[in-house]
Amino acid sequence: MITTADQIFVLAKHAALSLLHGAPFWVVETASCLINLCAVLAVFLTLFALISVLERKILARIQNRYGPNRVGPCGLFQPVADGIKMLTKEDIVPRDADKVIHFLAPVAMVAPAILALGVIPYGRNMTPFSIDGGVLFFFAVGSATELAVFMAGWSSNNKYSMLGAMRAIAQMVSYELPLILTVLPVVMITGSLSPDRIVDAQAGYLLGAIPHWFVLTPWGAAAFLLFFTASLVESNRTPFDLPEGESELVAGHMTEYSGFKYATFFMAEYFGMFAVSGLAVTLFLGGWRAPMAFLTFIPSWIWFFLKLATLLFTFIWIRGTLPRVRIDQVMRLAWIFMLPMAFACIIAAAVWHYYQRGAIGWMAALLIVGAVYAGLSQILETRRKLSVRTYRFAE
Amino acid sequence: MIGAGIIRGMAVTARNLIGSYFEPERLTTVQYPEERDKIAENYRNFPFLVYDGDDPETGLRCTSCKICEKECPPQVIFIIQDRDEKGKPLKRPKVFDIDTSACMSCQICVEVCPFESIKMDKAFEVSNRDRFGALVLHKSGLAKANAYYHQIRPSEADAVDAALAEAAARKKAKAP
Amino acid sequence: MNPGIPFILIAALTLSGALAAAILPNLVHAALSLVLAFVGLAAFYFLLGAEFIGLVQVIVYIGAVAVLIVFTILLTRPAVAQRGDLNWGGVLVAIAVMSGLLWALARTALPANATAAAPMTVMRVGQTLMGDYVWPLQTVGIVLTAALIGAVVLVMEEDR
Repeated sequence: MITTADQIFVLAKHAALSLLHGAPFWVVETASCLINLCAVLAVFLTLFALISVLERKILARIQNRYGPNRVGPCGLFQPVADGIKMLTKEDIVPRDADKVIHFLAPVAMVAPAILALGVIPYGRNMTPFSIDGGVLFFFAVGSATELAVFMAGWSSNNKYSMLGAMRAIAQMVSYELPLILTVLPVVMITGSLSPDRIVDAQAGYLLGAIPHWFVLTPWGAAAFLLFFTASLVESNRTPFDLPEGESELVAGHMTEYSGFKYATFFMAEYFGMFAVSGLAVTLFLGGWRAPMAFLTFIPSWIWFFLKLATLLFTFIWIRGTLPRVRIDQVMRLAWIFMLPMAFACIIAAAVWHYYQRGAIGWMAALLIVGAVYAGLSQILETRRKLSVRTYRFAE
Repeated sequence: MIGAGIIRGMAVTARNLIGSYFEPERLTTVQYPEERDKIAENYRNFPFLVYDGDDPETGLRCTSCKICEKECPPQVIFIIQDRDEKGKPLKRPKVFDIDTSACMSCQICVEVCPFESIKMDKAFEVSNRDRFGALVLHKSGLAKANAYYHQIRPSEADAVDAALAEAAARKKAKAP
Repeated sequence: MNPGIPFILIAALTLSGALAAAILPNLVHAALSLVLAFVGLAAFYFLLGAEFIGLVQVIVYIGAVAVLIVFTILLTRPAVAQRGDLNWGGVLVAIAVMSGLLWALARTALPANATAAAPMTVMRVGQTLMGDYVWPLQTVGIVLTAALIGAVVLVMEEDR
């Protein structure tokens, strides 16, 4: 069901490009890329502004407060005030900092996040940068953020920055593994690394009401939860925000940044969160597809952003609920819970596929995922001995 | 089961999140400039000078005895006694300044004043753009009517009035 | 033969990155320049239409190798001796490797008119790996698993 409302942005872009009729191919191509880039930036900068105030309001409500309500109606213009404040602040560079790297770090941080946003299908025919290995591209550019964090932490010449950067790299490297392993079953089932094809694979409805989203299969549900947890770590969100744990590290790798550079880091963090949530929507929640057959008249991009908003709300909800964990707990979770569960998901997906994706396969997959989960719970709960923690290397 | 506690915790926060929109009693915040809490009667801030009657110049209870100036721990009180044309000291201050930037609201001036003249004010919205001049209060700004004193501290002011009336009566009885 | 503007730009980027990695006195600067050279290489793969290899190059070399290098630099002491003079041993090794590669290149008969190979899509890479090369793949998998288990055993806390 392709309506004008559904394709309104695609049509607008074609209209804009038709103005360049007769121009050389590379001019049209460049213009097309620029339009896509500007659209992505405009949408996500707006979303960033919106989410920064909504996050504070939701957190406040969770703690039974009002939250920002002074600037504009309901405090919605708060980001404008914040932005003016950030832009007019003095940009301080420490005397002993490595000036060049200190300057490059925020740029290196925000560029991969924007690139990663490029491969996500925001609606029907609305993938800004459609390539065959889109999912791979996402992780490739995502892995560059670790270096940016290192650059920020090292160049600041500050022990808090350094420790924050070390923690950030350690946990990002550890969680890249479960993150990619939970994507694996989806790639396996669809047989493609292209986000567009993955969304297409989730088309159609069972009895017109139950969509063929991967999250509604046992392995998909488990993989989605694991992916979501790993993405919390990758975007340094509470309860895994220990790289910038305010109580011990001031602000981690961002300690020595002020003014606009700090705002850039902040923005990169949120862009990363949008990107990884967008990928979760694409991989498990059916991308821009409507949840029920009769709801397809609503434009596809509205569905995508509704799902994205739900995930972002969950990010904030978790931030309002859980306390920060310790670094050893983070690592423990990664290696002895997330990793076995991710492998179980892969096996369950294979079994599900082997039984022609029918009811038997569904039950078998549920059995496998459930058994591994129950077993891990049993082992981890009984082995949790209460004892004085021993420090082996701190004596 | 791993994760059960997380679900329970998230249920609690969800209850708070939704509840705060429907149950106003959950929100304890007083939105200050529009809403104000009632200030406790014994709240004190900076000192002021009480005067009787209507004229802040003649009705001032202060006799310029300078006890408060001597007792003030941060030494923020500055008094010059008034004199008539012949140079005879008068029982009233010519200059009475309090530097509120250093005043620590200890109330010692109030304790030592034999004339019930200096009392503690409750005005707390004293922020200012001028760091130096505007924070030094002069006599004209410090003098406030007894009625104002009654208004901000009713019970204490009644006791003070009664004590003053009694002292005046005793003096009258002794005089003839 | 027209190499094209993108080729020249990417080549300049890669070579300057590699040169900086070789001669910069500061280890961290050298490591970050090496990352620049890796990015240039990935761009070359993209230019050649080998999308998958380019992306894997980014994931493996920037996401893993470069991070490993900087992490190692972090964990070691700040450069023990930062001499200003050249490391002649390194120069010798570099010249030896370079001349070996040039010799091999000169002796290889390059097809004058290369026929365009079928684009190496992800699908084809997967099928080749799982078909013709399944035996080496599984062997490598076992070796890596053994290495992983070894690492876990090494860091495992002994019960006291």
